[in-house]
Amino acid sequence: MKKLMLGNEAVAQGLYEAGVRLVSSYPGTPSTEITENAVKYGEDVIWCEWAPNEKVAMETAIGASIAGGRAFCAQKHVGLNVAADPLFTVAYTGVNAGLVIAVADDPGMFSSQNEQDSRHYARAAKVLMLEPSDSTECKEFTKLAFDLSEQFDTPVFLRLTTRIAHSSSSVEVGEREEVPVKEYVKNNQKYAMLPANAIRRHVVVEDRQVAEAEWAETAWVNKTEYNDTKIGVIAAGITYQYAKEALGDKASYLKLGCVNPLPLNLIKEFASKVDTLYVLEQLDPVLEEQVRAMGIDCIGKEAFDLKGEYSQSMIAKVILGEEKESIALDIDIPGRPPALCPGCPHRGLFSALKQLNVFVSGDIGCYTLGALPPLGMIDTCVCMGASVSALHGRNKVRPEEAKKSVAVIGDSTFVHSGITGLVNAAYNQSNSKVIVLDNSITGMTGHQQNPTTGKRINGDPTTAIDLEALAHAVGIERVIVVDPYDIAATRDAIAAELEVEAPSLIIARRPCVLLKEVRAKMPKPFEVAIDKCVGCKACMKIGCPAISFADRKSSIDFTQCTGCGMCQPLCKFDAIKGGN
Amino acid sequence: MTRSILIVGVGGQGTLLASRLLGRTLLAKDYDVKISEVHGMSQRGGSVVTYVRYGDNVASPIVEKGEADIILSFEELEAARWLPYLKKGGKIVVNTQKMDPMPVIIGAAEYPKDVLKQVEAAGVEVQAVDALRMALEAGSPKAVNVALLGVVAQNTDIEKDVWEETIRTTVPEKFIDLNLKAFGLGYNA
Repeated sequence: MKKLMLGNEAVAQGLYEAGVRLVSSYPGTPSTEITENAVKYGEDVIWCEWAPNEKVAMETAIGASIAGGRAFCAQKHVGLNVAADPLFTVAYTGVNAGLVIAVADDPGMFSSQNEQDSRHYARAAKVLMLEPSDSTECKEFTKLAFDLSEQFDTPVFLRLTTRIAHSSSSVEVGEREEVPVKEYVKNNQKYAMLPANAIRRHVVVEDRQVAEAEWAETAWVNKTEYNDTKIGVIAAGITYQYAKEALGDKASYLKLGCVNPLPLNLIKEFASKVDTLYVLEQLDPVLEEQVRAMGIDCIGKEAFDLKGEYSQSMIAKVILGEEKESIALDIDIPGRPPALCPGCPHRGLFSALKQLNVFVSGDIGCYTLGALPPLGMIDTCVCMGASVSALHGRNKVRPEEAKKSVAVIGDSTFVHSGITGLVNAAYNQSNSKVIVLDNSITGMTGHQQNPTTGKRINGDPTTAIDLEALAHAVGIERVIVVDPYDIAATRDAIAAELEVEAPSLIIARRPCVLLKEVRAKMPKPFEVAIDKCVGCKACMKIGCPAISFADRKSSIDFTQCTGCGMCQPLCKFDAIKGGN
Repeated sequence: MTRSILIVGVGGQGTLLASRLLGRTLLAKDYDVKISEVHGMSQRGGSVVTYVRYGDNVASPIVEKGEADIILSFEELEAARWLPYLKKGGKIVVNTQKMDPMPVIIGAAEYPKDVLKQVEAAGVEVQAVDALRMALEAGSPKAVNVALLGVVAQNTDIEKDVWEETIRTTVPEKFIDLNLKAFGLGYNA
């Protein structure tokens, strides 16, 4: 049966068909839907879980693989940084049952804080990496990755990019191959990496790379396609599709399905048959540098770009000199950047912080949007968990400003890597005021459960972290809870806490308004009583997308208003009505 | 021959469902189909775009400037923003809804006046419909996406019952009637 599937959905189908037993991941755009779709096969078929972070997820998958069950973990590119520690050593231990690690890069940064190229990890950790170019290949390469993992006794990378992960194309759906759990035989020379053993395993890793490269020379995933040989293109993944779209049969192609290690002889042979060789790859010149190192001349980054995405028009323009005509209006079109949703509890928290005019050490999540106007309340944002640890560093250098500084971190991000920062703040004695924006869900990636929500990935009830007790256990004595919908009370409570000479955990607790069960209980949309509105724009200060201003009056768009009522107390003229 | 449709709007308006219904209908007609979506941060109230491409053999899933046969816009300003993506001789289907973006809300920019008139003045065929009214008539403001899909359907040669079958097999059971009604209103607009 043919189905239209997202690349991520097709990877999940590949996991199912490959007889995978365990999937453990932390959500991260654009990788999230792999694990979300794997859940649908049922946990007696594939045990799926959201781990607290990518390191835990990868280690869980490693444990399952060594125990003899095919295992998998998925993460976005920056998530792989978190899991880099186990990665480099599991490359030494190898596997028992197949172990596949998916990493989804985000060229163009649709939903990321940097644009790193994960292919460097494959080279650095000496791990075989496959890169599919559509949904069918997402499924087939996933299955192949498990076979290769067992054949070469190695973890195998599956590299995706946003346009593969979040594009749909048709996939032929197949049956599951039941792969029994393999025998576990104690072999600590292979699996216990102390120096004496690791020295021997490093030899194995180097030999394995040679064997893999030999396989790559004739592997079906590396394909040549000869058309006009004036132009030759080496490409992988989505870039291959862009090249095909732009050049069609005006070029010949070497499409790489395996991007590490490279089939050097195949590349040499292809290069010898074409007049001008282009290496097309988004982000870093990973392929190009290896091609050049063989003494092969090619055109790569000097004609293209290290930044952002490639596309068919970019390739057509550079290689063929062709451009398409387009129409544009001669008017200024205001931008439409993303914004906190109407009814978002983070809006209340940031409004309170704005009134207090504090420094805000930020983190990764929906609330990072609090950096944008009109709230503009995030000063820094580096990576998951950095809000808490970086605030501690700041407070040690500027102790006099500790009373005007806070950290903000979401519930899921706090569990991911904020807890260790809180431990540090208590242990190394700073007056850090850490605000956990507890909206009872992992929001930005599209509503995933996490260890604070009391629900597992499939919605089953489970234990929930008691944030108050956790803070006490690590040595934070002061813990308060506020409701961010009550902006004034939230402001006053935080102001009082800032005066205290001790670290505090402030929990701003109010579930995400997009949660179905929350939405169902919200009041009807609010309205502006036109006769009472004096046009003072006080209600506009919170930057709610549902409130607009025209003809000297505010108005509330009923299609967007969630009935949160945060705007109502801002109006001194009692012009905002509703709440029923 | 590959045809390209751009579905644009404001995050939260339900553009993804429209593109998935469109994609499934095209697949049912045995086209090779590719759809490219945007998830994550850009979805939060920002300008969003989904690309739908279909034909005998589609390579790239994205649509670029000067390539779209049809642009389906859920909002007026977004129609103007994405206009450069329209092919010469292409058509814009637009919902006559206006949503202020944040720069307008905070007074840093103005929502341009008579946007659609300007698009038409550029020599572009525009089919403007009040999909919000249709959606409300069908029973929910959320059905704007399916009402607009009905308008797009009317611009293709795919039979009405193929579209309706996709709706029946895609949306949750309790919303089927509402969506079929919204689709019908769009189809007959």
